[in-house]
Amino acid sequence: MVTAQFEYLAPATVAEAARLLSRYKGEAKIVAGGQSLIPLMKLRLAEPKYLIDVSNIKELSGIKEERGGLAIGAATTYDAIGASAVVRKYFPLLAEAAGQVADLQVRNKGTIGGSLAHADPAGDFPAVILALGAELEASSSRATRKISIERFNVDLLTTSLRPSEVLKTVRIPFLAARTGTAYYKFENKASHYAVVGVAAIVTVNASGVCTAARVAVTGAGPKAVRAKRTERILVGKALTASQISTAAKRAGAEIGDFNGDIHASPEYRAHLTVVAAERAITRALGRAK
Amino acid sequence: MTMVGINESVKRREDPRLISGQGKYVDDIRLPGMLHLSLVRSPHAHARIKRVDVSRASKMDGVVAIFTGADLQEQLGSLPAGWVLPDLKQPKHPPLAVDKVRYVGDAVAAVVASAPYLAADAARAVKVTYESLPAIVDAEKATKRGAPILHEGNADAGGAPNNVAFDWEVNGGDYAAAAKKADVVVRERIVNQRLIPNAMEPRGVVADYEPASGQLTMWTSTQIPHLLRLLFALVTGHPEHKLRVIAPDVGGGFGSKLYIYAEEVITGIVAKQLGRPVKWIEGRQENYLATTHGRDHITDVEICGNKDGTITGISCEVNANLGAYLSTFAPLIPTILFGIMLVGVYKLENVKCKVRGAFTNTTPVDAYRGAGRPEATYLVERMVDRFADAVGRDPVAVRRKNMIPAFKRGKAVATGVKYDSGDYKKALDKALEMLDYPKFKVEQRAARKEGKLLGIGFSTYIEICGMAPSAVASSLGAGAGLWESSLVRIHPTGKATVYTGTSPHGQGHYTSMSQIVSSQLGIPMEDVEVVHGDTAAQQFGTGTFGSRSVVVGGSALYMSLQKVVAKARKLAAHQMGVPEKQVQFANGRFVVEDVPDKSMSFPDIALQCYLAKDLPKGMEPGLEAVSFFDPENFTWPFGCHVAVVEIDEETGDTKLVRYVGVDDVGKVINPMIVDGMVHGGVAQGVGQALVEQAVYSNDGQLLSGSMMDYAVPTAEMFPNFETARTETPSPTNPLGVKGAGETGTIAASPAVINAVVDALSHLGVTHIDMPATSEKVWRLIQGAKEERRKARQGSRNGRKR
Repeated sequence: MVTAQFEYLAPATVAEAARLLSRYKGEAKIVAGGQSLIPLMKLRLAEPKYLIDVSNIKELSGIKEERGGLAIGAATTYDAIGASAVVRKYFPLLAEAAGQVADLQVRNKGTIGGSLAHADPAGDFPAVILALGAELEASSSRATRKISIERFNVDLLTTSLRPSEVLKTVRIPFLAARTGTAYYKFENKASHYAVVGVAAIVTVNASGVCTAARVAVTGAGPKAVRAKRTERILVGKALTASQISTAAKRAGAEIGDFNGDIHASPEYRAHLTVVAAERAITRALGRAK
Repeated sequence: MTMVGINESVKRREDPRLISGQGKYVDDIRLPGMLHLSLVRSPHAHARIKRVDVSRASKMDGVVAIFTGADLQEQLGSLPAGWVLPDLKQPKHPPLAVDKVRYVGDAVAAVVASAPYLAADAARAVKVTYESLPAIVDAEKATKRGAPILHEGNADAGGAPNNVAFDWEVNGGDYAAAAKKADVVVRERIVNQRLIPNAMEPRGVVADYEPASGQLTMWTSTQIPHLLRLLFALVTGHPEHKLRVIAPDVGGGFGSKLYIYAEEVITGIVAKQLGRPVKWIEGRQENYLATTHGRDHITDVEICGNKDGTITGISCEVNANLGAYLSTFAPLIPTILFGIMLVGVYKLENVKCKVRGAFTNTTPVDAYRGAGRPEATYLVERMVDRFADAVGRDPVAVRRKNMIPAFKRGKAVATGVKYDSGDYKKALDKALEMLDYPKFKVEQRAARKEGKLLGIGFSTYIEICGMAPSAVASSLGAGAGLWESSLVRIHPTGKATVYTGTSPHGQGHYTSMSQIVSSQLGIPMEDVEVVHGDTAAQQFGTGTFGSRSVVVGGSALYMSLQKVVAKARKLAAHQMGVPEKQVQFANGRFVVEDVPDKSMSFPDIALQCYLAKDLPKGMEPGLEAVSFFDPENFTWPFGCHVAVVEIDEETGDTKLVRYVGVDDVGKVINPMIVDGMVHGGVAQGVGQALVEQAVYSNDGQLLSGSMMDYAVPTAEMFPNFETARTETPSPTNPLGVKGAGETGTIAASPAVINAVVDALSHLGVTHIDMPATSEKVWRLIQGAKEERRKARQGSRNGRKR
């Protein structure tokens, strides 16, 4: 399998990348780690004429502690995220999920921005970043704008990123005190993508009552979504196993049509969504100390 | 300097080269002026070719030539079956399709360009007009009336009516009578799913033709350079002596590289047409379509016996999927290598086996690690468990009760073959001891009380190796002798170059063969060079498959070494002036009996052989020997593998938590290499049991068409394997070896599935087809719960009434 012919461009700055993107409107694709795009190009499901490689742009990679949270450059690799001390300290959820992405080779190359912009329905990070309530920053040659993760995932392989925009930064707000997190993934044995994955963030108060919960599901439907009904059931209760179970039963309510393929039927995915939600929430609660 | 013997775990000599990226594979071969070939492949499973339009493609950058099936029909010939069963239908198999395509991936045209990417781009620009036809992918449905016919016409016209390639059977005793008399008959429908071999290196060919000499040289990723040369000559008419086939480093095969392939013929003939070197390299997804698959049986099986646990018979009817064409050994795998193994290690006197081979619109199916024996072992070991369950006895007790007692030389069994030597209970006992079976039973009861699903599965397997006694093989349909050859050439400095006709692709022959030489000549392993995989270097050879290399090839090497030592001893006696019988050879020295200081070293003698100034009368100069070894019988490795699994009741996910494997492969040359082969084999067997499956849609599209959808087992799936060996030497060869390349794959699948079923048995589950995917297991658990709920409801209703 070889790709169609393309021109390879390697800009040194985001501004230059954005300029190239607008110059070759509709004919160019951004590539960073290439772990999603290159396979599609080899299958000739994607045939961009220009490939703009952003992996050498310094301002696009790295993890910075800012006021209110962490700023992660879009071209930061999974491996760098998983190994980062500051990530492990403030967002063990990110490190936990980063360690479960595909395999070592993919983690060494694949990036957080690539995962979000590609929006694979079975990707791990779309759910994790959604649960974390991140804000994304994207630049075109004309402007820079902020996009809430809530409005980022649009549909299967589709985001609200405009064709002229380069995804720059993922900003993740710090978690409240007494918050526990967990990512539970039931993985596809071939691709190691999520058949179903659930990211859960649970905050409790001093008396153990759940004050906030964010639960996001990937793999089950066309895009990663919040399980808002589950979240609503969790909040306001000193959670018991049976209450978690009741809440988890609603984790698929926002999915709509469940995916079905040779690895799992829609019915089984619906069931796994409930199991994964229950396990993720239980673990998160256990860590909310 | 390491003097090594047999049964020593020396590290593999080839590894520093291979694991540091210094191997030389087909794709590493670059010749001046070399062109690159890309194939246009059919996207349809079944279609008529109406038109092939190359007008746009031939004008593209770098394109040198484009050939269609019609262009090269005569030169390319038709790929033959190398194993011919009685009444086998042998439809034509043109390397480039001419009128019709019969599976997704069937090659339609060859595009040759100056660079590989240019060839691939131009191949996409070849416009083929197809008339799509209905397709059939299921071996059972394919032979039913009304199914689309792949090879039209009656048998005389090269057709295969009803898509049947053959009907084959083997019988022993009288199964029908046994079943009639039996207390219990258990039936099951068992599917052995289709697998993709997944050698680490896909295939590849480089062909170089010299018009002046008429010599064609072909580098190809193959397990059988010599057989390939013969087959290529037969298919294309190119003279065999003007063809040199070289298998450079080969990155795995698992059986998938032991045939003549369309691409070998196409690349060779195109190189000849153009008078320039041509390279074709297979991509991974292309490999999934164009390289043979394995297994794919649908079987109705029965086992019968008595309440006391005695098994009296087994019977099966198999629909074996052969794919669209007959691959070289396709007729052999689901018949002889399968049917004669149905006795297992048991005193089973009544066997009935019918196999129907069917053509379907799928990639051709042929040998895959184990090849026929895994399918048979799976049936036997699965059904022994079913039988034990039906008579309410422990599966281990039933196995022990029915096992053939130990024997050292020859035991005839109901399928008409003779096992070489065996001590089946010893292997079972050793496995039980490693496992602590009574302790496990206690743990399992405790686990069930806690609602955990824990299961154990046994597989007391036997297999057939050391292919093969040529006369037997030929009477069963082989188109070539299956002996093996060796040449031992001693240099004047006492170093040895040995040539073997076997052709390794990961087995470590460079080390094992060196050990055999070192142990026999008393020279260090570093002084031995092993040459393989080049028809211009080796005398002749058969190749590496069926765990035959050390059994047949190692024995041929041993014979040549004995001839060399005999000549050297004669010369030593002559030069030391003593009768030959007084000269002993040990540790590399010829020593006069009772006169320890009177001796000559092996290198001393080697030099004398070439100086030739003082040879005994009639002795020729030089020191070398050639041997051809043809064994009197196959070898029959056996053993006992045990799997312990834990199932997540909520998701159905199955985890292998313990694995014990005891193998008896006869004498062992290098225990570490054997361990490695067992580990890899077990991984593949567990892969089949739990995750691997090639899935076709009904219209013949391969849905598991890449590693994103076809699960290859990885290390994270496995616990540490606990392996051990018993040693029952084979009497069929001078080394006493049995072959160790396939035991793990054959043994593991039934052990794992038996464990899965055991974990679910208290829920009333009696069988699950491979792979035991989490969804399948989950559905079985749901179904069993539903059944129980209904049963409870039923009994309540019953009481009410």
